Amino acid sequence: MTKNVLSHDTAIYENSFHVEGGTFENAGHVSSQIKALLKRLKLSKEVVRRAALVTYEAEINICSYADRGQIVLRVTPEHVTVEAIDEGQGIVDIDLAMQAGYSTATEKIREMGFGAGMGLCNIKNFSDFFRITSEIGKGTHLKMVIRIDKDFDGI
Amino acid sequence: MTLRDVKDILDAEVLVGADQLDKEVKTAFGADLMSDVLAFAKAGSLLLTGLTNPQVIRTSDVLDIAAIIMVRGKRPSPETIRLAEELQIPILVTKYILFETAGKLYAKGIVGCVERVDEERAFS
Repeated sequence: MTKNVLSHDTAIYENSFHVEGGTFENAGHVSSQIKALLKRLKLSKEVVRRAALVTYEAEINICSYADRGQIVLRVTPEHVTVEAIDEGQGIVDIDLAMQAGYSTATEKIREMGFGAGMGLCNIKNFSDFFRITSEIGKGTHLKMVIRIDKDFDGI
Repeated sequence: MTLRDVKDILDAEVLVGADQLDKEVKTAFGADLMSDVLAFAKAGSLLLTGLTNPQVIRTSDVLDIAAIIMVRGKRPSPETIRLAEELQIPILVTKYILFETAGKLYAKGIVGCVERVDEERAFS
């Protein structure tokens, strides 16, 4: 069977990155790495910025609330897909968590400038596609997709 | 105006990015809340803030912030400075408070990267 190597869903780049939970020591490190990677793939500034932004918010959430997690990046000619999969307490009420201003952040998280209840809203606003699932006591799974307009954004 | 002009207007000390003072800036955003910076700040803007932890640098990197102005004379930790050097994000420190810093820059033509926040808060 022949496979079309230039099929629209062929990954140009795929990798997963470990994120340490419960500490801010390296918070944002994975996002900076992913941003540099996307820049090297010659995606437009806007796509890189939005992908970096949603990755960063998701990474901050893992550092804030989970025991550990991973961020999976997949780039095809049409999409940048970022998945943030954590092992942690999970979210009790997703609708409530999605509300702007709602937060369960601790004082430590607020000291770092976060915990304003904007993270998930920002992720939704800056993604073209966003899905969140969560299981109490197990963890949370975010999937964010940013569309690449080939005429506009390159690749 | 250039970062050099910003430095002069604010009587600021350049901690990182002395080689980037020719960079042009036109807009700014000011907040101590990184969540709001992420929601509203635009690429190429100055970030005026009283926060000095490494997350300010990470946030600025993600958003392509042109330079960080730390207000109220607050000085960042060596760790914050190291990260800014690594990611090549200029840090200027001014003794002026946030309100005065914003006013002095506005009077010289720097405007907000967004004027006001209505319904629309998505990217543009």
